[in-house]
Amino acid sequence: MAATLGFHIILACLGIALPSIVLLAEFIGLRRRDEVAMLLARRWSQAMGVLVAVGAVTGTVLSFEMGLLWPGLMRQYGAVLGLPFGIEGLFFFLEAIFTGIYLYGWRRLPGWAHWWTGVPIALSGILGAMSVMAVNSWMNQPGGFTATNGQVTSVDPWQVFFNHAATYEMPHMILAAYMVSGFSVAAVYAWGILRGRKDRYHYTGFALGFVPAAALTPVQIFVGDTAARSIAHDQPVKFAAMEYVARTSSHVPEWLGGVYVNGHVYGGLSIPDMDSLLVGFTPGTKVTGWDTVPGAERPPVVWLIHLCFDVMVGLGFLLLLAGLWALWAWWRGRALPRSRLFWLVGAVSGVAAIVAMECGWVVTEVGRQPWVVYKLMTTSQAATTNGGVIASLTVVIVLYAVLGAATVGMLRMLARRWRRSQELVP
Amino acid sequence: MIAADAVGGILLASVTLYAVLGGADFGGGLWDLLAGGDRRGSAPRRLIDDTITPVWEANHVWLVFDLVIFWTAFPHAFAAVMTTLALPLWLALLGIVLRGVGFAFRKEVHGLGAQRLFGAMFAVSSLLVPFFMGTVVGAIATGRVPANGSRADLAAWTSGTCVLTGLLFTAACGYLAAVYLTGEAARAGDEPMSSYFARRAEGAGVVSGALSLGALASLRGSLLYSRLTGRALPLVILAGVAGVTVFVLLVSGQRMASGQTPWLRSVAALGVAAVVWGWGVAQYPVLLPGTAVTLVNAGAPDGTLIAIIWLFAVLVLLIGPSFALLFLLQGKRVLYHAMEEPVAVQRVGTRVASGHARTAALAVVAVAVIRRLRR
Repeated sequence: MAATLGFHIILACLGIALPSIVLLAEFIGLRRRDEVAMLLARRWSQAMGVLVAVGAVTGTVLSFEMGLLWPGLMRQYGAVLGLPFGIEGLFFFLEAIFTGIYLYGWRRLPGWAHWWTGVPIALSGILGAMSVMAVNSWMNQPGGFTATNGQVTSVDPWQVFFNHAATYEMPHMILAAYMVSGFSVAAVYAWGILRGRKDRYHYTGFALGFVPAAALTPVQIFVGDTAARSIAHDQPVKFAAMEYVARTSSHVPEWLGGVYVNGHVYGGLSIPDMDSLLVGFTPGTKVTGWDTVPGAERPPVVWLIHLCFDVMVGLGFLLLLAGLWALWAWWRGRALPRSRLFWLVGAVSGVAAIVAMECGWVVTEVGRQPWVVYKLMTTSQAATTNGGVIASLTVVIVLYAVLGAATVGMLRMLARRWRRSQELVP
Repeated sequence: MIAADAVGGILLASVTLYAVLGGADFGGGLWDLLAGGDRRGSAPRRLIDDTITPVWEANHVWLVFDLVIFWTAFPHAFAAVMTTLALPLWLALLGIVLRGVGFAFRKEVHGLGAQRLFGAMFAVSSLLVPFFMGTVVGAIATGRVPANGSRADLAAWTSGTCVLTGLLFTAACGYLAAVYLTGEAARAGDEPMSSYFARRAEGAGVVSGALSLGALASLRGSLLYSRLTGRALPLVILAGVAGVTVFVLLVSGQRMASGQTPWLRSVAALGVAAVVWGWGVAQYPVLLPGTAVTLVNAGAPDGTLIAIIWLFAVLVLLIGPSFALLFLLQGKRVLYHAMEEPVAVQRVGTRVASGHARTAALAVVAVAVIRRLRR
């Protein structure tokens, strides 16, 4: 499941945000009669066609897996967490229908009419992401239902959808999707520029991805900071694992890096009082440690959670720096930085954004363990009782590896073909 | 009580839509597989490709929606089905992945070998999905899913009836696809293709009819059988009448007038829908036959059920016009997948694979028939 999700989420990010970027390109193309932006929009929508198809099938795999791997969870809470999924289904429909029209209407639909058929895709991407995040945040902060003897007896759909964690998980994920997509697009063209293809086509492609992503990065850091503070309050044990808080106390230091083994942190940098300061804005703030719950209710592998959290935050700040660099250069000379280093950073920004996003998922998912529904159901209670889980997981992972490789290969093939046609038409 | 019945109806309606829309896309794979060599099969493959491309993803979402409604409204029954029938569901899922990927990638690659590979992937997996889905429905209908199913059960979905249902699903998908493609070709004024698919629609119609009767006969003596010949009889008759009507129209109107085709397609879809609803009515109010699980006692709390009814109402209002627009634009041939670069002219599929697949398909039918005769 984790493997499927880890793979699907990249596609989901592209599914959420790529249409907006394509629409932005087409908008500029139509408005300014910019042939280059128009060409980019057409080509990106061809790549989008491949990604949407793969995203549609991996999304289906997830909905099957909910039942095939987690029948315990569905038996108990299907009636509750199914609703946001149902709403997601609605937006999935809109997305698929208008993708069909948008992708294949390039030739025969007039310019602005075609542009408008893309708008529902972008909107339903965001709203669909909100629905899925409603499910995940519900698993972190379950509510909106009553149970007697372990049976769900009544459900309040509004409270399920807009649960407490949703307020910060939804914007965090949607912004992450835009950053992943924007930086990934930018990275492709930064790579081309590094290889010497310094033409308007490449600079436009880079800017169309980089500018929105970099502009959203500071917003994301603000949202992430708010989210971390809320987690310190809502799920103190998860927060303790993120920040290596073994014992509840005040004047808690902030650990940067480091591996926690048997009560010691090896190789980390400790900033005194910083963690307390971040949580409550005073060094005297008391932070809850994982000693407040028995060993069986603490997440495993705290070092993984902590390091992933640090990597996510660190990459977020590096991406912010890259954006500031570009801003500074633009302010100085109305041009993007000339330095090769900037374009190298640009070329890895896509991977960096993906890594940061995956790390964030590790933090929220592993950090919730051993619970699948926080404080209500453990992961082992939710899992299937069928044998052969390992076997089926192996098959799934192998299949996904092949699928991933094929998708990347396909996109590269498209890129090569575009480059060839570029050379023919100077 | 009323809410649970209404949600049961919503679930069945969504399943029907998946069957008549998504099913036809799988049927397209069947005809792609049987279209023959690279040269001979190029015209039908191109028509299949053009017809399916803009719509298959939207049609496919019905499956996701079915699953979501099923687990939200009837979580216990969902868990039992997904556990007991894990194997065929995994296999169907594999087919779904390979079908989607094969279809999407075949369009983009240029080399003959790669096109063949992805084409074969698309076509063969298009057969697997309806077959395994059919065995799942067969297993539920014949009461092989226990209420608290917590173990995968091979015997549950490999009975004669289940295999027959699986074959019936595959054939029915082929039938729908052939009828739709006949209409599509007629509308485009492509006379040879129109009669090409009309012939195939006739054949698939006969096979589907025979398999339906076979599946019905294999149920003899069960409660489901008495219900199908009892209160669900009008629907069974409707399915038969629709099937015969389409057959007569196809045989008599070899030169398909284009005004006639929307009719033809609707009647064929109606026939398939009648079969789905016949099953639903026959089994009502029981959700898992052979157990005490009914729509009412398996249903989620009222808050959830009412939310689903609202959701469906909104869905119909939003999705209905959107689908109408999609199909309208497709019908007017506005949607094309060819982008800026010229696409390679050859459309090729699966010569090598199709020979083997045909043998395999025949073998499966033969085994099923022998098993039935032995009983």
